[in-house]
Amino acid sequence: MTKTAARRPAPAAVVVRQSPAPPPAGDRRRRRLLDQARAYGFLLGGLICFALFSWYPAIRAVVISFQKYTPGSSAEWAGTANFTRVLHDPEFSAAWRNTLTFTLLALLIGFAIPFVLALVLNELRHAKAFFRVVVYLPVMIPPVVSALLWKWFYDPGAGLANETLRFLHLPTSNWTNGTGTALVSLVIVATWANMGGTVLIYLAALQSIPGELYEAAELDGADLLQRIRHVTIPQTRFVILMLMLLQIIATMQVFTEPFVITGGGPENATVTVLYLIYKYAFLYDDFGGACALSVMLLVLLGVFSAGYLRLTRSGEDG
Amino acid sequence: MSSATRTLISPATLARPRGRAVYWSVFTGVVVLFTLAFLFPVYWMVTGAMKSPDEVARTPPTLVPEHWHLSGYTDAWDLMQLPEHLWNTVVQAAGAWAFQLVFCTAAAYALSKLRPAFGKVILGGILATLMVPAQALVVPKYLTAADLPFLHTSLLNDPLGIWLPAVANAFNLYLLKRFFDQLPRDVLEAAEIDGAGKLRVLWSVVLPMSRPVLGVVSIFALVAVWQDFLWPLMVFSDTDKQPISVALVQLSQNIQLTVLIAAMVIASIPMVALFLVFQRHIIAGISAGSTKG
Repeated sequence: MTKTAARRPAPAAVVVRQSPAPPPAGDRRRRRLLDQARAYGFLLGGLICFALFSWYPAIRAVVISFQKYTPGSSAEWAGTANFTRVLHDPEFSAAWRNTLTFTLLALLIGFAIPFVLALVLNELRHAKAFFRVVVYLPVMIPPVVSALLWKWFYDPGAGLANETLRFLHLPTSNWTNGTGTALVSLVIVATWANMGGTVLIYLAALQSIPGELYEAAELDGADLLQRIRHVTIPQTRFVILMLMLLQIIATMQVFTEPFVITGGGPENATVTVLYLIYKYAFLYDDFGGACALSVMLLVLLGVFSAGYLRLTRSGEDG
Repeated sequence: MSSATRTLISPATLARPRGRAVYWSVFTGVVVLFTLAFLFPVYWMVTGAMKSPDEVARTPPTLVPEHWHLSGYTDAWDLMQLPEHLWNTVVQAAGAWAFQLVFCTAAAYALSKLRPAFGKVILGGILATLMVPAQALVVPKYLTAADLPFLHTSLLNDPLGIWLPAVANAFNLYLLKRFFDQLPRDVLEAAEIDGAGKLRVLWSVVLPMSRPVLGVVSIFALVAVWQDFLWPLMVFSDTDKQPISVALVQLSQNIQLTVLIAAMVIASIPMVALFLVFQRHIIAGISAGSTKG
């Protein structure tokens, strides 16, 4: 501070403050305290909100998971009773199986399609803005509306899905009413609604690939598929991995689609972990069980999140 | 974004007659695919709301409504109390935006420029919340909002129940902090030497220089509240105070299909309009944000 001030024509007041004799120690400490008070004044609002709605709930989830808790009355310690009760719930294994299947299917369907689409879009030299806007449009439609829209499409009566199959002379499907097809139907909705963001991110990554790499590969006699395999995929590997982790984290927390479209049915075929947490808290009034489930989900997702953060860190360094 | 950049397929291949034929057939295919996959469902929704209740249930369906009814839209507007729910959503989104801009900006400024004691620890604590997926913590968050520690008041059925938790957005705060970190220190110091206080520096130097990042944060904040479902579902048990997303689901059970579809269209209009107006910024933001981490 002293150096910069000395180089500038400073107002008189500042020059006086920077007299060669250092201010007394008490003065300096008071100024430092004042600076700190001011800094914390700016921080206060944000800090309170983070404490109340991020840090405290995280601790509380762990505490309540070991308690018998009903809002309004004092909590009692329950040991691991919540965990054993939740583990013995037949819905528990169904919820985890559904969530993991959903995540896996979402990776298979919702991962390959955006990549191939981005690959094709990157080669097109016309109507670029049109494609980008159209593919992102479903992302801007509220998720609740997308879910209700697809619920209507899947309607066994006059739903668009079966009408399309009939029009193409294909056998119709039960969609969300069949235990075997319900989960896949929801994955289609989630993919349709969220694909836009993934496609745009891939497009950005593809555009950053230096063209010389393709030219060199072509001179070496690499055909189209070889160029994809040896240039495109290695060059976008970081983005692919990052999006994969992000998608796993997001799809493991799926709630809106099963809640709105199927209500967890048929026969628990679409109950997800987050849906089960919601049911424990708001249908069974069992907050201890809900928190025990939350802690389990948290630990699993924490592993993926840590992987994501490490990946983005290393990406920044490189 | 120059069209001259070399991509997977070389310009020479594309210039050949065969290459050109393949290019245009792929192009047409993608246009048809995108129209069917993304635009047609939206068309189906907008026109479905204009069909008569009989026509919308007919098989095979009609591609274009026989008669264009606007009554679906007017009924939705009146029967489902859409003005009220839309207003609730606007209030919740606008408040969350304002709270986030004020508190996140101030906190990011303090962490970036004011060197608070334990600043590193605080930043670490904020970034750690990025590792904790928000949805997994909704139940303890709900219990906190239902009975705030020390104050023992409830934020349920109160827009504050949306506004305050929205401030705890580590992603937006970090975005702001990283932007502030890049602002040249000597500009801020020059303002201070001219006698400006910290608040004055923030208001008249830092914020005007931060317009791009403030725009991005604003859009993220608005969209997040408008699209959210689980949290407002928990916070607002009171039907009169519910935002449009929660109200739509609650009312969808016992309402005529055409009216529900009309309400869905109306609920989508604000965000789609926001997107169409700011599409350049939004698309550029997504593309840039991702590659830079």
